[in-house]
Amino acid sequence: MKVAVCVKEVPDPAAPRKIDASTLRLDRSGEGALNPWDLPAVEAALRLVEEHGGEVVCVSVAPERAAATQRKALAMGADRAVLVADEAIAGSDLVATSRVLAEALRREGADLVLFGQQGADSDGAVLWAAVADRLRLPLMSQAAGLEVSGGTARVKRQTEHGYEVIEAPLPCVVAVSDAINEPRYPSLKGIMGAKKKPQETLSLADLGLDAGGVGEAGSGTAVYALGPPPPRGDSLVVEDDGQAAERILEFLVERKLA
Amino acid sequence: MDFRLTEEQEAIREAVGEVCARFPDEYWRAVDARGDYPGEFVTALTESGWLAVLIPEEYGGAGLGLVEAGIVLEEINRSGGNGGACHAQMYTMGTVLRHGSDEQKRRYLPEIAEGRLRLQAFAVTEPTTGSDTTQLATRAERRGDGYVVNGQKVFISRAEHSDLMLLLARTTPLEQVESRSHGLSVFLVDLREADGAIEIRPLEVMMNHHTCELFMNDLELPADSLIGEEGLGLRYILDGMNAERILIASEAIGDGRWFVERGSRYASEREVFGRPIGANQGVQFPLAQAYAQVEAASLVRFQAATMFDAGEPCGPQANMAKLLASQASWNAANACMTAHGGYGFACEYDVERKFREAKLLEIAPVSNNLVLAYIGQRVLKMPRSY
Ligand SMILES: Cc1cc2nc3c(=O)[nH]c(=O)nc-3n(C[C@H](O)[C@H](O)[C@H](O)COP(=O)(O)OP(=O)(O)OC[C@H]3O[C@@H](n4cnc5c(N)ncnc54)[C@H](O)[C@@H]3O)c2cc1C
Ligand SMILES: Cc1cc2nc3c(=O)[nH]c(=O)nc-3n(C[C@H](O)[C@H](O)[C@H](O)COP(=O)(O)OP(=O)(O)OC[C@H]3O[C@@H](n4cnc5c(N)ncnc54)[C@H](O)[C@@H]3O)c2cc1C
Repeated sequence: MKVAVCVKEVPDPAAPRKIDASTLRLDRSGEGALNPWDLPAVEAALRLVEEHGGEVVCVSVAPERAAATQRKALAMGADRAVLVADEAIAGSDLVATSRVLAEALRREGADLVLFGQQGADSDGAVLWAAVADRLRLPLMSQAAGLEVSGGTARVKRQTEHGYEVIEAPLPCVVAVSDAINEPRYPSLKGIMGAKKKPQETLSLADLGLDAGGVGEAGSGTAVYALGPPPPRGDSLVVEDDGQAAERILEFLVERKLA
Repeated sequence: MDFRLTEEQEAIREAVGEVCARFPDEYWRAVDARGDYPGEFVTALTESGWLAVLIPEEYGGAGLGLVEAGIVLEEINRSGGNGGACHAQMYTMGTVLRHGSDEQKRRYLPEIAEGRLRLQAFAVTEPTTGSDTTQLATRAERRGDGYVVNGQKVFISRAEHSDLMLLLARTTPLEQVESRSHGLSVFLVDLREADGAIEIRPLEVMMNHHTCELFMNDLELPADSLIGEEGLGLRYILDGMNAERILIASEAIGDGRWFVERGSRYASEREVFGRPIGANQGVQFPLAQAYAQVEAASLVRFQAATMFDAGEPCGPQANMAKLLASQASWNAANACMTAHGGYGFACEYDVERKFREAKLLEIAPVSNNLVLAYIGQRVLKMPRSY
């Protein structure tokens, strides 16, 4: 089977986020990392292919430098990578991005498309829904378990009240939660082999897409303001003089929180 | 001149860091307190292939060089761990690779690369001769088509935790050789087959290092355990020593980075006299100085490693790297310890553990005085002391 995993490059999650005041976009100039939420999706794809045979292809829409980040997924064991990089894509919102990603996925024609839960930079958690809609494929999200047999994907879906077990016929889209597995670490051989694996870079033209449908022009939303969170001026520090617990309880009761 | 690491080298550093992150301070503290061998850590490293960096691809390794091996060991020590548990496999690899026979390499290397066989012991030092290696008294005498070994070694680390051991012994008596550096030979000893002929006695030292005394009593070795030609052992070992020096330098640099990082973080957070102690130059400057020294040592180390990997002679660079890195690390250790005040002595801060471990690198595997003698006498051609 062929599993496509959508992976994203995000700014180093350990470093504080910076905003480019002139474009109102996240400053992505520093060290890039593979979105940590995508690692369980890569792992899930690798396990499925180890079980059923086939190949894992990583798909990204990002500037060209993201090829290096994709190699981390290749080092974990993915077979090849496809990157859609085009100047015109800069400034795309989720809807515009989904247009490009869906087209790249359509070209792959995978049996299963996997996503992580969300991006560690923008925390949108909607891209998979938009992509599934464009591809007219069934979607299962919050997958804490995933099995494939006889042309059907079965998902254990994490919800607030417990687990749902749902199925969809292949091809379908699954967004996994980080509870699904413990992602493997790239091994030395994986890292050495990653450079030799095929990596393809596509432009909008390669996908038959028009620049008017992406970037700011193709986005249905516009960003008017973006800033750091305001400092928490109203925080209350309770020093423990023996009565701290009671004072915290009083505080909560006053606000009807306890 | 490009001083940056390649993308692949950065990826190696990052991936080793991820393995090390699974073994936090608490792990090393507990292993240290119990005097245990960090077996789980060594297994995790082996499984991901990190101890097989230097083994050629045809034998199941990665076929990389000392730059990469150094990155691996540095990262282990920088993360708060101790590469001492498994570095010998890398130290000894040069001797086996360059001078071992195809048959020896085929027999051992794939199993070492997979982690089924441990080559973690290297026996040179003897109680009566110490740094004066050519005078060592362990004898290997030809008998039949093999050898019989008698003698004593000291400070032989991990002998209890290794399957194989590289052994340096005299095959031709000193009186019969024209130069004292001749007549020594290297053997690859299978400790599992030594039944009873080697007595191993653990030697308590100030850190968790699993070092031992070894007593060899009529130890019989098959002829094919000899590495290379009989009598040329010292040359083989010296050849491998440049690699060892570059690797030990890398471990020291990793320690140095750990000390600087912990020291400067603590100095920024700890407040007495109404301000962070790190605002005082008496605390701040030694850490800044240590940082600069560690960075400088790292450059000399990479220069030496690059020359070694290119097959160029690098004796002076390898020796200087070992000297500068162990000194930089020890200065960093002191700055970190001092900045921690009384808390540096408290085991739960890990500074005292790393402090004990860092001191070793000034002495073993070669004492810095002997490195200075090498620089003074071999590089600068000043009169010889020995
Ligand atoms: C924890 C630990 C682990 C070790 N592991 C191993 C191992 O696995 N395998 C192994 O073979 N060895 C091992 N060693 C031994 C180590 O390599 C030796 O301790 C080291 O080479 C110094 O030898 P020595 O202890 O006999 O000191 P000595 O040779 O007695 O030297 C003592 C001091 O005198 C100085 N000195 C000696 N000669 C001169 C000179 N000509 N000029 C100036 N100064 C001089 C030295 O620099 C040193 O400061 C280990 C040691 C320790 C402590
Ligand atoms: C084994 C042991 C036994 C002990 N026994 C006792 C005991 O019996 N009774 C007792 O009361 N205490 C005891 N102590 C505590 C000891 O006296 C303190 O650790 C010591 O006074 C340093 O204080 P501190 O650890 O809080 O370090 P800090 O005051 O936090 O100092 C940390 C570092 O910052 C430096 N620094 C701080 N302020 C300045 C400044 N203004 N300018 C320049 N540098 C500065 C210090 O010199 C030090 O290097 C003991 C400590 C140990 C380790």
